[in-house]
Parts: sequence; C-alpha cells; structure tokens
Amino acid sequence: MSAPDACALAADIRARRVSARETVEAVLARIGALNPTVNCFTDVLADRARRDAAGVDARVAAGSNPGPLAGVPFAVKNLFDVAGISTLAGSRLYRERPPAVRDAAAIRALAAAGAILVGTLNMDEFAYGFTTENSHYGPTRNPHDLTRVAGGSSGGSGAAVAAGLVPIALGSDTNGSIRVPASFCGVFGFKPTYGRISRAGTVLFAGSFDHVGPLARSVRDLAAAFDLMQGPDQDDPVCSERPTSATTPELARGLENLRIAVADGYFATGADPEALEATAEVAGSLGVTRRVAFPEPQRARAAAMVITAAEGSHQHLELLRTRAADFDPLTRDRFLAGAFIPAALVLRAQRFRAWYRERVREMFQSVDVVIAPTTPCVAPFIGKTDWGRVGGFEVPVRAHLGLFTQPLSFIGLPVISMPVVRNGQLPLGVQLVGPPWSEARLLRVASTLEATGVVGSREPPHHA
Amino acid sequence: MAFDRAAAASLVDVLSGVLTLPVDAAYREGVTEHIVRLLTVAALLTEFPLPEEVEVAPVFHP
Repeated sequence: MSAPDACALAADIRARRVSARETVEAVLARIGALNPTVNCFTDVLADRARRDAAGVDARVAAGSNPGPLAGVPFAVKNLFDVAGISTLAGSRLYRERPPAVRDAAAIRALAAAGAILVGTLNMDEFAYGFTTENSHYGPTRNPHDLTRVAGGSSGGSGAAVAAGLVPIALGSDTNGSIRVPASFCGVFGFKPTYGRISRAGTVLFAGSFDHVGPLARSVRDLAAAFDLMQGPDQDDPVCSERPTSATTPELARGLENLRIAVADGYFATGADPEALEATAEVAGSLGVTRRVAFPEPQRARAAAMVITAAEGSHQHLELLRTRAADFDPLTRDRFLAGAFIPAALVLRAQRFRAWYRERVREMFQSVDVVIAPTTPCVAPFIGKTDWGRVGGFEVPVRAHLGLFTQPLSFIGLPVISMPVVRNGQLPLGVQLVGPPWSEARLLRVASTLEATGVVGSREPPHHA
Repeated sequence: MAFDRAAAASLVDVLSGVLTLPVDAAYREGVTEHIVRLLTVAALLTEFPLPEEVEVAPVFHP
C-alpha cells in the first residue's frame, strides 16, 4: 500500500529523509480531511503531537537515539487514559469525568520509543459491542465501504489504521474487539496472551479476559509495538511476571518445525462461504491439511457471554443505578440484564472456563498454530446489525460477529487476525491461534504469509 | 432450552428491588429479553457435566 508502515516511517525519520514535524503535520491534515467522513477520532491531540514531534526532531538533529518508533504517529481507543483529557470509554457519562493525570502504561511504552500520540478513537460504549455504532459519538464508518460498520469495539482503531491515518493504533479485546474490526477493516490485529501487556490506565470491561493490543498494516509493526509493550507491570494485577522475549528477531525464521492445523467443527460452520473460503485459502497456501477440533467451543462462548455480562454490569453498577438513561440504548439493556444473573451461573461459567482451559492445553500438545476464521461474514451495513442472515441462518448479527473470537479470548490465548488479500472484495480476516505465550510463533507464521502475498493490508479504493 | 419470559420478567422485578437497581418501565422489556438470552446460553453450561474437582478459573494469590 502507498502509506509506509511504522517501521519504514521510523527509518525515514531517523535517516532525516523526512522530519517528525512534517509527518505529524501530514497526519493532522489527513485526519482533518477524512475524519468528518470516517468518524474514527473522538479527540485529536494536535498540540501534544507537535510538541512531541519537535522533541524527536531535536534528538535526531543532536545525533542521539530517538527510539525504534521515532516520529511514528499512533492513536488509541478512547478507553486508554491520556493525560489531560477525560477517558471516554465510548460513554457520554465519562465526558463529565476529570482529565486523566497520566498516560496508560501501553501509551507510555510506545511514547518512550519515540512514537507520537495524535488522538483517541471511537468505540462501542464501555466496549460492549462489535460494531462501533456509538449513539453518543456516531458510528465509525468502514473506510472500505462507508455504508458499513468498522467492527468493534475497537472500531475507531481499525478504521484509523485502514484509512491510512496512523500506521499503528491500540485497541482492547475482551471477546474479539481487536480482531473483529481488524477483519472488517482489512488490517492486522493482535491480541497477545492474557496478562502479557499491561492494562494499567485503561477502563476495564470484563477484567477476567480484558486484553490490550495493537492494530497495524504490517506484521513487523505488530511485532515492534508488541515488543515495546510486553512485560510485567505492578500497576496491573493480572499482568504476568513471566520474562519477555523479543519477537521481531524471530519474524524471518519461517515455518520451520511448526505444526499447523485448521480449526474444524464449530469453526467451520455458521459462517458465510467467503469467510470459510478465506480460511481455506490461508491453510492451502501453507499446505496445511490437518484439522483439529476445539473442545466444546459453543459452551465456551456461552460462558464468555455470561461472565462478560456479569463483570461488565458490575463494573458500571453505580451508574446503572443513577444514570441509566444516559447509557447508549445499544448497551443499556444488556448492562442492566447482567446485574441480574444468578451467582450460581457465573461460577458455573468460571468452572467451565477452568475445564476448557485444560482441554485446550491438551489439544496444543500436538499442534502449535491453529487457523480459524475471524468473523463469520464481511462488515454488515450500519443500522442493519440487529437481525440478518449469516451462514444461511437468521441470527442476531451484532452478537453473532463474535462467534469465532469469543471461545479463544475466553481463555486468554494469543491470536492474530490477518487480512486475507481479496482484491475487489470487502476485507475478511483469518485468525492464527496458539497456546499461551506463543506470540513469536504466531508472528512468524503471519510474516511468512504476508511475504507470500496471501495476507496483507490494502488501501481502501476511495482513498487512493 | 428456552426460558419462560414471564419468569424472567419476575426475576428482573424482584432483583431490581433487592439490588436497589431500578429498571425504568421503558427498558423492562429489553432487559427481560436479554435475561432470557443469558439464561438460555447459560443452560449450555448447567447441562454440561463438570468433574467435582474443577475449581473456578480465577485463583486468588495472597
């Protein structure tokens, strides 16, 4: 695609082929031109971005190391704290909150490497959705077809990267909220192992399986961002103490000694043919014929729904008591319903989670990477996500979009959604799934597929 | 397995009082619909036999 990825841009800035200041000005101008249509940014941080760009240019001029992402613009889903502005989390109510005093940990990690935060991005209210049809801030439009959703809940993140506004955006993923917009917008989305990247300074949704991660237009950008953000953080109680290992040096290792299979059964039904064909194309390009079945994925999704509803509701219980009328109509009833789930069902779901985790661990004894569709369909039309036909059945579309993502994030598995190259057609993603802590392996496979041209991010036609 | 909508509506009414979580009349039908959906999917879990020794997933580390 024409816009450089983050790694190429940082190299240009370090080599003085372009300045950070020029880069930021170009990005701000492009946001000004496209955001009124795409509606992915909720706050643009022009002053901060210009100040940070001047700092990067000064370091480059002085001959000091400006960092691996020197001058690279990035943006974050608006549930990440940004010092000086209120953290919206997609809510009108949170606009009333005082400004955050400190950037979220993930932002600090990228900024320390020279990346420049340019703004915050639209999302479903409190991350409870897959479409970013936010009633308060308006729907984010898919850059590949402005009449369609960008996916959610990190829809602003997917759209901003797809539209070429920023090469990297951060999102969060509880049930698919990085991977669904990555699929619909035709970009890469990466949800690492639960606890691998600190969530400190973010508004949680369902803490049992909230993750943060990057969306980008290249695999090496995913790896670069991940390597900077991964690692322990005492400010996040679920962040792992496990030592980190850089993934970028692993990207060129190829597929050597990797056992790869395609997810069968549940993951091969309930989807439109083109979603299954995209998965088959990825598998075919790797010569993968082996098939494996996750144990009871339908029940895993059910458990994810029960725990999400209970934890999400509890997170916002006081506001539901006092300000329910100010919630987004698309989330309000579900948040209220979550408060009324009997404890016995929530604990049953958590016990099932432990059982499922063990069975999936057993499955991964004989396979390293599993290929599965990300979404069961292409992006649906804005305003028509209530009921519709997917996979030959009439389904509640919004909820159905998490069909293939929920059973995976539910037990914290690392997953990459890759955009399959489908020239002239709407984007669709395919997931690479691995056992916990196998990020490097997944990125190796994604990098190999990107190099062969099977997956890759393509610029939306109307932005050419 | 589908749950009785009237029973779900009663659940909302009772627990709304117990939890001091008022549900406006305008939202009651929608909330009830979602309770029915949640109870329906939760049946996939209650009907599934789990070994007694399986503990809940989150483990508290003192």
